[in-house]
Amino acid sequence: MANDKFALFLGCIAPLRYPGIEKATRDVFKALGYNLKEMTGAGCCPAPGVIRSFNQATWLALAARNLAIAEKQGCDILTICNGCYGSLFDANHMLNEDPELMKKVNTILKEVGMHYEGKVQVRHFAEVLFNDLGIEKVKQKMTNPLNLNVAAHYGCHFTRPSKLKHIDDPERPRMLDELIEWTGSKSVPYADKMMCCGAGGGVRSRDAKFALSFTETKLKNIKAAKADYIIDVCPFCHLQFDRSQRDLPGYDIPVIHLSQLYGLAMGLPKSSLGLEAHEVKVNL
Amino acid sequence: MSNVKIPDPAFAQSIIDAGGKTLDLCYQCGTCTASCPSGRTTAFRTRQLIRKAQLGLKDDILPSEDLWMCTTCYSCVERCPRDVDIVDIIILMRNMAVAKGYMAEDLKKVGRSLLKIGATVPMADNIKQLRVSMGLSAEPPTTAGDPKAMADFRKIMEITGFDKLIGGQ
Repeated sequence: MANDKFALFLGCIAPLRYPGIEKATRDVFKALGYNLKEMTGAGCCPAPGVIRSFNQATWLALAARNLAIAEKQGCDILTICNGCYGSLFDANHMLNEDPELMKKVNTILKEVGMHYEGKVQVRHFAEVLFNDLGIEKVKQKMTNPLNLNVAAHYGCHFTRPSKLKHIDDPERPRMLDELIEWTGSKSVPYADKMMCCGAGGGVRSRDAKFALSFTETKLKNIKAAKADYIIDVCPFCHLQFDRSQRDLPGYDIPVIHLSQLYGLAMGLPKSSLGLEAHEVKVNL
Repeated sequence: MSNVKIPDPAFAQSIIDAGGKTLDLCYQCGTCTASCPSGRTTAFRTRQLIRKAQLGLKDDILPSEDLWMCTTCYSCVERCPRDVDIVDIIILMRNMAVAKGYMAEDLKKVGRSLLKIGATVPMADNIKQLRVSMGLSAEPPTTAGDPKAMADFRKIMEITGFDKLIGGQ
């Protein structure tokens, strides 16, 4: 019987810029026995760097609205983006730690006929693959083992702040590397692996050139390590690496979200991965 | 001396009251600065920003570019020996700057997009076509194609004053 535990939170960048990430996630989780529920009417998480930086009360109330949509269905939330994960996880934590804050937010939600109790767990899809499914169940479905040489990019809000998230060691994590290895690929070490892509905190929107300087450092290190692909777990990092290569010629390193990599390894048709949306062409 | 700066303890207290309870724990070791990817290639110094916050140097902080250099990567927070919630404190100070009208035009655009469609980026025709070709709905099942949901989303932003904060749509 299909597992009804999760509602899929789409966010903005995946459905509106790289819909292949949405499609691959839906198909991969379906193949693994999950019936992902829709979060109909959900909005932006809202973005932890930009919107939270403008006004934390707005950020918290909008995040609570998203949490309430999942709670009404009795589901936990499955995120496919570090930003969405960061916002919804942090907002959920703040609300559950502070009953007064929860009350305040619920007076706002009441105005739109909603309520949040605090029962939802916010999860990141990569960590669900690792912790809830595990190597045995996942590998059973991998009919098309890959033999790629890749650079793992964890991004920031997947493992940090580690005192709240407890996902993995924030300095030397292994989870994404192992998830990549399950596909038969090799995760190569590279300098400054845990460095930010540069996009977060409103930096990409406000000063794209400065964001690009981060990305260039990472691309240089990834190229020096002779990785052929970048594997990410966040559509915003994905966008930063992929689109930045318009302005940073000569690297030509395709960028693949872990859900798309799993789609490939599970033998999904390439037409289900939305690779056409990628700026750097993925020839696989 | 014209360059003497006057500390404003009330400003520091307002950061603490807004949630930056760990502000005073900082003993200025500089681990944050050493860990900060933004500070590698610029004059941004996390330690200095936190020191200014402790002193309450409001007029140095609120209009500054420095406040917006942080990508919220949390490298500093992970390594801080005093467990100072550096990123949270920076975000709270950004909130204060925005309330005073210090907000880059390009950031306002993101806020306006949120008010208009409930998302940080708009849909594009080629993406719509790609979605349909993969068997997804043309519009995602979010606020995008759902006027009632969008009205609720916008109403929350009106209640919290977000629409006025960014100067309307």
